[in-house]
Amino acid sequence: MGGMNSPVETTALTKRYGDLTAVDQLDLTVRAGEVYGFLGPNGAGKTTTLRMLLGLIRPTSGSIRLLGRDPGAGHLDRVGALIEGPSFYPHLSGRDNLRALACHAGVGASRVHTVLQIAGLTDRAKDRYNTYSLGMKQRLGLAAALLKDPELLILDEPTNGLDPAGMADIRATIRRLADDGRTVLLSSHLLGEVQQICDRVGMISDGRLVAELSVSELASAGLRIVASPLTEAHECLGALVGADHVHSDGEALYLDAPGDAAARINAELVHSGLAVHELRVREPDLEQTFLELTGGGRRAD
Amino acid sequence: MPTDIRAEIIKQIRRPAHWLLLAVALVLTLTFAYLIPYLGLSGRTEGPGSARGLDAMLPAEFVGSTVAGTPVFLGALAVIFGVLVAGSEYGWQTWKTVFTQAPSRPRVFAAKVVVTAAGTLLLVVTLLAAGAAASAAVAGLQDAPLDWPSPGELLTGAAAGWLITTMWAMLGVFLSVALRGVALPIGLGLVWLLAVQNLLSAVAAPLLDWIADLQRALPGPNAGSLVAALGAPEGAPGVSALTGAGHATLVLAAYLVGFTLLSGWLLHRRDIT
Repeated sequence: MGGMNSPVETTALTKRYGDLTAVDQLDLTVRAGEVYGFLGPNGAGKTTTLRMLLGLIRPTSGSIRLLGRDPGAGHLDRVGALIEGPSFYPHLSGRDNLRALACHAGVGASRVHTVLQIAGLTDRAKDRYNTYSLGMKQRLGLAAALLKDPELLILDEPTNGLDPAGMADIRATIRRLADDGRTVLLSSHLLGEVQQICDRVGMISDGRLVAELSVSELASAGLRIVASPLTEAHECLGALVGADHVHSDGEALYLDAPGDAAARINAELVHSGLAVHELRVREPDLEQTFLELTGGGRRAD
Repeated sequence: MPTDIRAEIIKQIRRPAHWLLLAVALVLTLTFAYLIPYLGLSGRTEGPGSARGLDAMLPAEFVGSTVAGTPVFLGALAVIFGVLVAGSEYGWQTWKTVFTQAPSRPRVFAAKVVVTAAGTLLLVVTLLAAGAAASAAVAGLQDAPLDWPSPGELLTGAAAGWLITTMWAMLGVFLSVALRGVALPIGLGLVWLLAVQNLLSAVAAPLLDWIADLQRALPGPNAGSLVAALGAPEGAPGVSALTGAGHATLVLAAYLVGFTLLSGWLLHRRDIT
């Protein structure tokens, strides 16, 4: 897939700082119209990757194409971004901050009014930025990202530091923007966040893309079962769902199966004469999912 | 580029710190060029400027008296101004916000240079206007004639003051880009201007010939020489006719261009982290 079908394409993208490899041979493809979650723990290389995409950091090697363009003059013309939290001029109002940025972006002043409306900041547009709450600052960041009416939005942890209401607000805004046909590349370390708004997820660890999957796959968190005898229960479930999908830590069994399969599996175990002491759906957990997807081993909840 | 200049004007014109710097420059200039010398002249108090004669405060000499502060204290304020214009983008982490809007780095930097130069021009013009008003007031109080410098002298003085303050401001820009911040560049800039320059000229140069020769190539002594050539009173801090006006102008222009090119190159080459 190439050209306009892939608004974001990187090939063997690498960034080294001395002996430290922050991003390592990263091949990333974001399809047109999707919300792609770039997921990984802090320090995994997410922000460095996004900064390279935006030309803020020079890659050590590898290539980047955004909306079919190589880095250089004009490659961000149809790209909006919010990187590592909002940063604005504290002595200026929200409107004046956007006016200044609109001048840099080469867009008209009328667009400032529009993005203030989209971000829900019209009422506070005249107030100084340093009087804004964190949620308002984040929304101003989104407004700035929208100044060029971009086809591609690159958002780096856009809900970082927000309270639950602020998070929900920003996520709803992002989902709306995506529904309008924009492609969104969103980095996050919050699994719930990407589950809510993303279509597809790439997981990064130590600068490498270690897994890429759909959100429905990610949401299949699995079941934890304590049954006796454990060995027989393991064999029974292996026969039921395939041996590769059942793991044991000696105390419990972990099953790759959707939560709505719990009743059926319980019935099968009971029908086989096994005692089921505990059966519960494991909540999706970034660390655990991450460890599982990277082959880092399984852990009990 | 014009839109980037407009953006830069929006950012800088509403920044209270810049107007505070202008007010401080105005107060210091009027205090040390006119108020203290005048009070000393009339015998009401003693002070560092009391030995200055009446002539230095009259309209004919107001250009030299007003720009006399540019080698040291006005220079220090210009360095702070330059650091604030460029270094705050690091302090507030706003470079990333600006550059993700897609302007090229050279374009944004050029706009900063233009606005910095406009700011120092405003500083020099304001100081000259205030100096002219103060000198007229002194002339009125002393019943002295209102002999104004020729337009050519006025223009030369303004240009020299602008060259010196812009050079210092670009030193501030360079330090802030090189050190990617605000506090350290201001600190180092002030240490150079207020301490190292004086130590070199007062302590090191009399002892070592090569430092005495080096003075001819440093920005401070050349700024002092240029304003001395314009009539700034000898004895004012940093004012000393060490070189000729032409030599001083060339050296200062070279520093101005050097600081500008180096800053632009660093900003263009470096990662925004």
